[in-house]
Amino acid sequence: MARKDDLGRLGEEHAARYLTDAGYTLLARNWRCEQGEIDLIVEQDGEVAFVEVKTRSGIGFGHPFEAITVVKLARLRRLAAAWCEQADAWPERIRIDAIAVILAPGAVPVIEHLPGVF
Amino acid sequence: MGLARTHAVALLGLTGALVEVEADISGQLPGMVLIGLPDAALSEATERVRAAAKNSGCPLTHNKLTINLSPAALPKHGSGFDLAIALACLAADGVVAAGSVGSVVHIGELALDGRLRPVPGMLPAVIAASRLGHRTVMVPAGNAAEAELVPGITVIGVASLREAAIWHGAELTPVPVETIEWPTEAGPAGNDVVETGSMDLADVIGNEDAILALQIAAAGGHHLFMLGPPGSGKTMLAARLPGLLPDLDPAASLEASSLRSLAGRGLGRSLVTRPPLESPHHTATAAAMVGGGSGQIRPGAAARACHGVLFLDEAPEFASAVLDALRQPLESGMISIHRANAVAHFPARFQLVMAANPCPCGQYGVAGLECSCPPSARRRYLARISGPLLDRIDIQLHVNRITAAQLRLAAEEPRLTTSAARERVIRARRAARERLAGTPWSLNSAVPGSWLRSRHLRLDRATTAALDRALERGGITMRGYDRVLRVAWSIADLEGADRPGVEQLGQALYLRTG
Repeated sequence: MARKDDLGRLGEEHAARYLTDAGYTLLARNWRCEQGEIDLIVEQDGEVAFVEVKTRSGIGFGHPFEAITVVKLARLRRLAAAWCEQADAWPERIRIDAIAVILAPGAVPVIEHLPGVF
Repeated sequence: MGLARTHAVALLGLTGALVEVEADISGQLPGMVLIGLPDAALSEATERVRAAAKNSGCPLTHNKLTINLSPAALPKHGSGFDLAIALACLAADGVVAAGSVGSVVHIGELALDGRLRPVPGMLPAVIAASRLGHRTVMVPAGNAAEAELVPGITVIGVASLREAAIWHGAELTPVPVETIEWPTEAGPAGNDVVETGSMDLADVIGNEDAILALQIAAAGGHHLFMLGPPGSGKTMLAARLPGLLPDLDPAASLEASSLRSLAGRGLGRSLVTRPPLESPHHTATAAAMVGGGSGQIRPGAAARACHGVLFLDEAPEFASAVLDALRQPLESGMISIHRANAVAHFPARFQLVMAANPCPCGQYGVAGLECSCPPSARRRYLARISGPLLDRIDIQLHVNRITAAQLRLAAEEPRLTTSAARERVIRARRAARERLAGTPWSLNSAVPGSWLRSRHLRLDRATTAALDRALERGGITMRGYDRVLRVAWSIADLEGADRPGVEQLGQALYLRTG
């Protein structure tokens, strides 16, 4: 597997741990359908959050958040509906979050969490 | 997440309004939104600010920045807001001290490398900031000399955003950069300001009438119309009129300098103290003459000639709508330009000098030459200058080509120099001011006829006999009568006479109808 995929997987690992530490319940990871993939689906107090995780090894080519575009978020919104449909889960509230993970070699990972970005 | 604010200045005409620049950082994906009626150049500020901040070593936050320019309903133009936007963003992020940024007015455009570019209209902007109660302005180093012309205000000239951030308390090491200077005095090509310093009245040979008329026009602030064949020296005479005018007083100087700055010509280190000369080409449009433009409203030639001379060479060649657009400023000394969302006012107290050929071929009335124009063409040609406009012109003068005899004679006689003539004009203006003390006027040309005909200034009947006769015969109108009186007073002032006599009235009448 390519190095960038390893990095992404590692970043998702960190993000999942970060969210569970923060009191979220993990509902799904890398949930796929034909429209695409949701990185993380978590739940807290009846609110389900669909999380896009973006990982980079540095900010030389821009901050990870800068790579999360409106198009990507719109797709995530469609995927969220598809997940609810197939899981037959009808949560009270849903939201879309973004998590940036910066994994600089030899440094402590930096995780930034923006709830409700779309 | 933070919020910070600072101030900038939006100019509308010569009047400036203070604009509060607020920056807010919110927990959103990266983005930069600029709201509050920015025009195209100002909307692009977001790109300039982001790049300049990055290259100055203090990048902007990775969260969403919302920048509001308040009052939100006031249209804002140009790139002078860059510095204020950048510092408000940095202050919201805690890079610089928010208190320090909030107490200073910032004006300046950013280059992508973080250096500051000078902006036009600095002088009126700083005057506005001072008038609105602010004591400190931060400006590009290239504009600092111009901003310092405003008394009672502290000017901080900075060469780069980095330097500005350090001044406001950012922990960065100073990096010396090359200052971006304003393009030098010479101005862009096609600049229609004629250099008047090197032109002396002594260069004019013969044409004694015209030299006298020029002095009278300068002494009384009278508008002047010169009619004569090509090569009779009309342009030469007109270009020497600003030299005869006295230096501008402080208020006029500040106004003339502000207009020059607003027109993007730059001022250098001193205010304009000599009356400007504007000589627009006859293809000028109404917008070029009185000012205008879509979006930002810019001053035209008439406003730039404020406190100086507006010279229209080949006046009948101008579009008649352009000439008639001058009637409002001639009447009120102001130009008001109305747009859907705003009205801009420019001062326009200029002295109008028009020159025209007597006919399209220019030969009409020249001894020994034959005019080839049919009479109808000749009539049409001069009729293009409308009656109402001509009515506002006190002195109408015929200028003739000089003869070989005059040329020989002139070589022997001493000729009047500009500096000597200016002395006479200054003395005459002082006399007029003393007489007009306690009235709202200071120049003879501004005095209404009724006041000149009032009891204590009325001339006795013997003096005005020739004038009364001209009125009776219908040679002049009542308005023309008053104009002759005004010019006669200017001649008297110029000659140091107490009040005009038969001689002066005769001259004035000649300058009206001759």
